[in-house]
Amino acid sequence: MTVRGSEAAGRVDLVFRGSLDAVGAGRIWRETMRQAVAARGRELGFDLTGVEQCDTAGAALLLSAEQRHGGVARFIAASPPIAALLARVRDLAVVTEKPPPPAVATPPRRVLAEFGGRLAGRVGEGLAFLGQAFTALLGLPARRRMVRFADLAQLIDQAGWRALPLALLLGYLMGLILAFQSAIPMRRFGADLFVADLVSIALLRELGPLLAAVILAGRTGSAQAAELGTMKVNEELDALVTMGLDPMTLLVLPRLAAAMVSMPALVLALDIAGLVGMTTVLAGFGFPPALVAHRVVGAVHPSDLMGGIFRAVAFGAAVAAIGCRAGLATGAGPRAVGTAATRAVVGGIVATIALDGLFALLSYRLGL
Amino acid sequence: MSAPVIRASSLAQHFGARMIFQDVSFVVNAREIFAILGGSGCGKSTLMKQLIGLLPPSAGRIEILGQDLARARQAVRRSIGVMFQSGALFGSMSLLENVMLPLEVFTTLPPEGREAVARVKLGLVGLADAASLMPGEISGGMVRRAGIARALALDPPLLFLDEPSAGLDPITSAGIDRLILDLRADLGTTVVLVTHELASILAIADRCIMLDRAAQGMIAEGDPRHLRETSAEPTVRAFFRREAA
Repeated sequence: MTVRGSEAAGRVDLVFRGSLDAVGAGRIWRETMRQAVAARGRELGFDLTGVEQCDTAGAALLLSAEQRHGGVARFIAASPPIAALLARVRDLAVVTEKPPPPAVATPPRRVLAEFGGRLAGRVGEGLAFLGQAFTALLGLPARRRMVRFADLAQLIDQAGWRALPLALLLGYLMGLILAFQSAIPMRRFGADLFVADLVSIALLRELGPLLAAVILAGRTGSAQAAELGTMKVNEELDALVTMGLDPMTLLVLPRLAAAMVSMPALVLALDIAGLVGMTTVLAGFGFPPALVAHRVVGAVHPSDLMGGIFRAVAFGAAVAAIGCRAGLATGAGPRAVGTAATRAVVGGIVATIALDGLFALLSYRLGL
Repeated sequence: MSAPVIRASSLAQHFGARMIFQDVSFVVNAREIFAILGGSGCGKSTLMKQLIGLLPPSAGRIEILGQDLARARQAVRRSIGVMFQSGALFGSMSLLENVMLPLEVFTTLPPEGREAVARVKLGLVGLADAASLMPGEISGGMVRRAGIARALALDPPLLFLDEPSAGLDPITSAGIDRLILDLRADLGTTVVLVTHELASILAIADRCIMLDRAAQGMIAEGDPRHLRETSAEPTVRAFFRREAA
């Protein structure tokens, strides 16, 4: 495909040769526009004598060039089919997009205010969701026939039992890493053995519940959001409501319960695996396991363990609630379920860490 | 007379021991609107998948625009446009971007050229004003139209439409029928459609074939209006009567 300009008596003719289809038009688009702009103020003609074929891409090229030129162009030797196609495309009166409005810099204060408003809105929606869940819980005795224990067992299996190998692996590795990392500086002071105190307290009070919550958010929170989101997209939730069944009772409460039951078990498994990992490292440094166990028993109080378990239950409730909320709030379109799953994971992890900070503050204030 | 756009010879499809159809042969001529009919489970969609190169036939041969589909699958794909039943628009792109995608991949048009061509396609299907909308923001009829616009992006001589009117109201459905007739008139496009909509079939199809599950093959071929009046085949008569009722 070629285009050549010829000028005579204040008139510019663009002579086209070849096939004016999408591929051919692509080759000469910029040159045609350049020549059309250069011909402004003079009469413009399109000589189609040498054009073998023209499709809508070719028509778009010719009409765009005419638009760039700014006047009405003459079509020379257009065959009847090409003339009909040009007329048809011209009739479409395809409008070009309006240029976007110039970007206006938003003052930082307004950006912060908008962010704060969105955050407050999200928190409000979350609290409303928790309120709905609580109301559903209160109404549970009257709706006990909606509780399906087989489903609950399956959810516990998914959230707890199937996550156990991952929790054991990560716990063991975490114990190993913590012991190694803390042993290096403590060895300089001859305090290697106190690694056992440090790692066991850190694991039982903080890291065990935190890591278990991250596992729960990544595995279960996202799965819950995707499952409920798909149900929403498929109108299954609407079907439940029209049948008089409460999605909160039927779907959300069992998931909350499964997460709250599974989390302590996951934390215990993770703690034990972490202590084993730590003992492995200390054994490598020459400390017998019995001595390490003695240090751990001396350093850790039952309240550390119970505090960790309490946190685990709270984290489980938060992760499951955020996952369910993300799933129930799924929008339309093919990306919606993926977005819901992402929100569940990000929201679950952020909420876990925020709650952990709150618990740390409370522990400090109460002297626990 | 020019060579057929599609020549299907002795097509068969089975999945394991389950035979879907066998010995299906037909031709589709240039500028023809050709319908594939049949009840649920008779293999209409399977046949369509064979014709667009998504499913190699268990037996038989397909020629599209004179090329053997089995040997020149990629070349043939450049010459066909397909609109899937759901529209299959990419949800993360606007309608304009959806239509621009094939132009971006297969042509050297600059961005402004791609946009101009895509706007013409959207104009052809009556969506010029909806170019910046996302697929999630438009109605089912608009999704089908946008799907057709994307299928037309490279001006293919052959267009496949899978249930273009399914689930649409009669007015929107009639609009899609009119659009198919316009495409044939304006662009000379040959159209193959799979449909159940009797009104559409009778309004726009030049010829059709009917597949039957029990017969595991083709039971009728011809002008649908003629078949409706004259076919002695019980399934064909039942199909037209039931749909018309």
